[in-house]
Amino acid sequence: MKRNLWAAFAGFLFGTGLVISQMVDRVRVIGFLDILGDWDPTLLFVMLGAVSVTLVLFKPILKWSSPLMVDNFALPKSSKVTSSLIVGALLFGVGWGLSGYCPGPGLAALAWRLKEAVVVLTGFMLGSLCHGWLVYLRRGKQVASKR
Amino acid sequence: MTEYGLPLLGGVLIGLSATLLLAINGRIAGISGMLHSLVHPVPNQTYWRWFFLAGLLSASFLLKMVSYEAIEVPLPHPLWMIGLGGFIAGIGTRMSGGCTSGHGVCGLGRRSPRSIVATVLFMFSGMVTVYLVRIFAEPY
Repeated sequence: MKRNLWAAFAGFLFGTGLVISQMVDRVRVIGFLDILGDWDPTLLFVMLGAVSVTLVLFKPILKWSSPLMVDNFALPKSSKVTSSLIVGALLFGVGWGLSGYCPGPGLAALAWRLKEAVVVLTGFMLGSLCHGWLVYLRRGKQVASKR
Repeated sequence: MTEYGLPLLGGVLIGLSATLLLAINGRIAGISGMLHSLVHPVPNQTYWRWFFLAGLLSASFLLKMVSYEAIEVPLPHPLWMIGLGGFIAGIGTRMSGGCTSGHGVCGLGRRSPRSIVATVLFMFSGMVTVYLVRIFAEPY
């Protein structure tokens, strides 16, 4: 339970960061991605702030024998650049550019622009589910062809 | 400089949040994965994700209540475009295993080659998409 409360506190920090940096405002996000138009560098400063903290602090923490409240670190193990990473990242960018919301700001936007937030989150969950079905179908086919 | 002071501070808070979660919980603060756990719960590992999301949401509502004015004039994009974008982003994050937080904030922080590639690619395709929308959908 203590661990969950800390996670909630971390989420609270994250949400505060998103709001005060104006990332819940899709105008800011689309303004950043619009490099050939009236470019808005706000998001660059947000990323600079965030990544400079993680770049400095992640390294010493990852040298600990274990995290403070669980037994092990659970990090993605693969370092291979796969085709699904490439296609997936490109697709994510397309969706990000179309909607102006990535998942965090999309959730935070429930407080600010309810209709847009509900629409983007619904789309996101459907996409997430749809990917699950596609993987399931493909696996099914692989199993069938092995027979 | 004050114009970018708040975004910088907001970014630092986001970085600290990710750092705290790693230190306490040994996990990457990836929002797309946490949202996914709402429809596909991870056995024994679900609740901290939901608590994180609840914390994020409550910060947003709380700041709204103290009437922080963050929102400018809305872009007149149709709602279907926002929904379609969410859908495509949902598939993309599952395929690539992360979004702006998991790959961007955390992945870059731990110098993961996959995350560096992913971040460059989604920034690039996002920029191309915004450009195309502006060219072909203007004046909306």
